[in-house]
Amino acid sequence: MILSVQHVTTYQYDEPMRSACQSLRLTPSRYQGQRVISWTLDVVGGTKGGSFRDGAGDRIEGWSMRGPVDKVVIRAFGQVETTDCAGVLRNHRELVHPFAYLRETSATWQDEAIERLAAEACDDSGTALARAHKLSAAVSEAIEYTPGATDAQTTAADALALGRGVCQDHAHALIAASRVRNIPARYVTGYLHSTADGEGHEASHAWAEVWVDDLGWVGFDPANECCPDERYIRIGSGLDAHDAAPIRGVSQGEGDESMNVVVALESVQQ
Amino acid sequence: MTDYFNEMFQAGQVRAPYQGLEGWTKSMPAELRQMKQAEAEALFRRIGITFAVYGEGGDPDRLIPFDMFPRVFTQGEWSKLDRGIKQRAKALNCFLQDVYGRAEIVQAGKIPARLVYQNEAFERSVVGFTPPRGIYSHIVGIDLVRTGPDEFFVLEDNCRTPSGVSYMLENREIMMRMFPKLFRENRIAPVDGYGDALRRTLASVAPAKCDREPTIAILTPGHFNSAYYEHSFLADTMGVELVEGQDLFVENGFVWMRTTEGPQKVDVIYRRIDDAFLDPLCFRPDSMLGIPGLMDVYRSGGVSICSAPGAGVADDKAVYTFVPEMIRFYLGEEPILNNVPTWQCSKPDDLKYVLEHLSELVVKEVHGSGGYGMLVGPKSTKDQIELFRHKIEEEPENYIAQPTLALSTTPTFVEEGVAPRHVDLRPYCLVGEQIELVPGGLTRVALTDGSLVVNSSQGGGVKDTWVLAE
Repeated sequence: MILSVQHVTTYQYDEPMRSACQSLRLTPSRYQGQRVISWTLDVVGGTKGGSFRDGAGDRIEGWSMRGPVDKVVIRAFGQVETTDCAGVLRNHRELVHPFAYLRETSATWQDEAIERLAAEACDDSGTALARAHKLSAAVSEAIEYTPGATDAQTTAADALALGRGVCQDHAHALIAASRVRNIPARYVTGYLHSTADGEGHEASHAWAEVWVDDLGWVGFDPANECCPDERYIRIGSGLDAHDAAPIRGVSQGEGDESMNVVVALESVQQ
Repeated sequence: MTDYFNEMFQAGQVRAPYQGLEGWTKSMPAELRQMKQAEAEALFRRIGITFAVYGEGGDPDRLIPFDMFPRVFTQGEWSKLDRGIKQRAKALNCFLQDVYGRAEIVQAGKIPARLVYQNEAFERSVVGFTPPRGIYSHIVGIDLVRTGPDEFFVLEDNCRTPSGVSYMLENREIMMRMFPKLFRENRIAPVDGYGDALRRTLASVAPAKCDREPTIAILTPGHFNSAYYEHSFLADTMGVELVEGQDLFVENGFVWMRTTEGPQKVDVIYRRIDDAFLDPLCFRPDSMLGIPGLMDVYRSGGVSICSAPGAGVADDKAVYTFVPEMIRFYLGEEPILNNVPTWQCSKPDDLKYVLEHLSELVVKEVHGSGGYGMLVGPKSTKDQIELFRHKIEEEPENYIAQPTLALSTTPTFVEEGVAPRHVDLRPYCLVGEQIELVPGGLTRVALTDGSLVVNSSQGGGVKDTWVLAE
């Protein structure tokens, strides 16, 4: 499948800022399931700084803007050819040891409910892959997809207690439940192409990857009860949503910020 | 009664290194000594050296007591320490380069993977990036204690930003001003080359993109920090800028310093702030001390940061146990300096032993520092011991235990004259193009009779440390 992406994020300030600076993790991953045909990333009026591929295989670019800054417009667009790898992140070059993804973060804090969910989802029998599927299914069942019930700061434990949430909450809950069982897990950002019948929820998407011995990292999307396939574009990963964020930025000044995101994702006829 | 090694007197005889001091002590009656002590204090106050060593907290304007009685090593004693410290600093840097790269030591099963990768000080964000010359810890402070003529033990390593070196330099400066005759009569190796050596070390790790004489800056959290005096002292000594986060900004893949003549590129940052605060775009988003975007510049080779972010994983107290193994693994050598035998409470057998022998052991928190969160068994009450027993049982992996060491003593001026007091030693090893160690260090002394705790927050003082030239 060839997917065409247009992703524009705009930060608007009610008073001009003295300067702004961003760190962008906003380039599609390179692995067997993805071939980047074209990709352009820029900050309108900004200066590009250092760029590199980090140990987790993510492309990172630093950008800065001198003031006065009225708004910051971050544009990412291009085409990616995807194939279905059943969620397996095959041929992805990275160096970080999976155990580095066992660390708790505030968003993936493990309370008793998460421990219970992880314990009840599966026992230690069967394959590691089967266990990961069961954990993911348990999270899908425990948290009903409900936009607006949670916000960006909601933790895995909060969402589980509420029983409702969006893809970020599902991913956090699966990560927390995996780590409780000593299974490395991480947060993944990307895009999801919605099919015509309305399946799939939003173009900007997030899911989790769980470490499976013998296979490596395997993606699970509890929000859609599946593993990522050719409808998904993978961008980057981290310990949680904050750590994996495609855009991290700060601006210096007194102005209040408002944000607007537009993502258009289309399948290109071949 | 434990027999402590007295570094000056053995069997009624004055040991060789201290022979030059015997006459000096005798020539100083109580009144003169008090006068000199007052003079020393006035000097310290005047230069403004009033900070708490090793992040111990407490009153930042408090003067740490200075004891005029020097601590002395012979060239022979020092040369073993010199080799041992350099060996250790080298191995610690090999370890850091390895665990942020291919991790051969983990693959070889010499150190448990979890200990490295689940360590809070392990920085995932710098995996795969190799800093210039592969050096992560450019200033290694190694804390040593002595228990006999030839017995030295490493208590802990400090690979991040060990403080206290300004004391080493100022103690010497003040001793030379007050007792010039002593320095004429004894051949004492100088320590004042430290500033140049530090500058040389930092310049030698400038990034490859730097094609001129590197610009070095010391990054301080600010004047409210307890070690601010040292930051400004070192900047002065090296002739480099002292900056705060707000004085720097990132543009074009480089770090720039705001100056009256416009922005100036900075090539090497000797930072005295913790990893977590370096860059809100990479670490703690609420940090006001750091420089937004710094880590992107660093990881793309536009600036060097000393010590490198992530260096702390080598000086963790649980990783400490494996330093002798690192020396064998990377250098193919036997350790010259020994570790203190250490029990890991995370291991069931060790835990059992520790819980049965709490009244004899020193128990430390794995991530603690500055003598806090520590139990000195023989000096503790039953209640304190029981409190610790609960803490250890709660979270065994959070604690290690060591035998209570019979720390050596050196003569120290006290109210009644001169008396033996327990000491430790922190030398500062510089790692750049070369590994350099100035002959000396910071000697801390427990001023309270019988006390084994040298931390200044608990009644410790400092001394000038001499290494006699051949």
